Amino acid sequence: MKPHIKAKLASLIAVTGLAGAAFAAPQTFDFKDPKGVNNAVFKLDAPLEAINGSANGISGQVVFDPAKPEATRGRIVVAAASLHVPNPMMKEHLHSEQWMDVARYPEISFEAKSLKGVRTDGNSISADAVGTFTLRGVAREMTIPVRLTYLPDKLGARSNGQMQGDLLVIRANFSIKRADFGINPKAPEDKVADTIELTLSIAGAAPR
Amino acid sequence: MRRMLQWLAMLVAAATLTTWVATGAHRGWTKTSVAVKTVDEVTGLEAVTYEPRFVMGIELLGGGLAGAALLGGAAQLFRRKTKTTKNQERDNN
Repeated sequence: MKPHIKAKLASLIAVTGLAGAAFAAPQTFDFKDPKGVNNAVFKLDAPLEAINGSANGISGQVVFDPAKPEATRGRIVVAAASLHVPNPMMKEHLHSEQWMDVARYPEISFEAKSLKGVRTDGNSISADAVGTFTLRGVAREMTIPVRLTYLPDKLGARSNGQMQGDLLVIRANFSIKRADFGINPKAPEDKVADTIELTLSIAGAAPR
Repeated sequence: MRRMLQWLAMLVAAATLTTWVATGAHRGWTKTSVAVKTVDEVTGLEAVTYEPRFVMGIELLGGGLAGAALLGGAAQLFRRKTKTTKNQERDNN
């Protein structure tokens, strides 16, 4: 083989190797969603009608490596002021000092430190996220079952070709107790349930 | 006055019931926005947005019907007009 061809081949292998390393490296996914799709839904049982609402003020970042999903970590934040229920008086109460006190505690967050019990099925990963859930200024260690879907090269389809990159979809269903976070402890459980069911449906983007 | 209050009570009751039925006969609390769910094609996520729409709940239905009952009750406080016949007037004379 001629020396210049050998050199070209070597540099090509090096570039390919670097590109491969870049793809395998952990990626940072930003969960601020300009499309407004990301949402957290909450539900509390009540005698006349269950209190259903949602929040769409989602932000945060998650570091994810498709080759090493157990090392996933990050922080997802929900803006408390974005909590919405269809009844205006109920919404006023929800934002008030007794309930969520959004003026004093503007953020609800979950900081994931690691994933446990990772089960991979193609691009879909099921696991338990271990981390700190903070609400109304009360931080509690929690393990939340999550489902991650890694969508390589799908950012272009979502941004009408304006950006290229990968998407990471996170879904989680879990529940918390009002009493654990001091959410209106005076409200009797026969009027409003102590258990709050939460559903998180979010997608983050890692542009290239 | 009695007749006027009775008509008003019926009008309030009818308007309350009509509005409740027209806005969906919702048996929960009143809403001023309604959740609309759409699915994002790329991620498969279900997005929840709210569109402003008035849905009358049972507290307003109850309030409206209670108001109508109050008006109907108030009408009973006024005396019914007694009709006098020509014969009675003549006998009195």
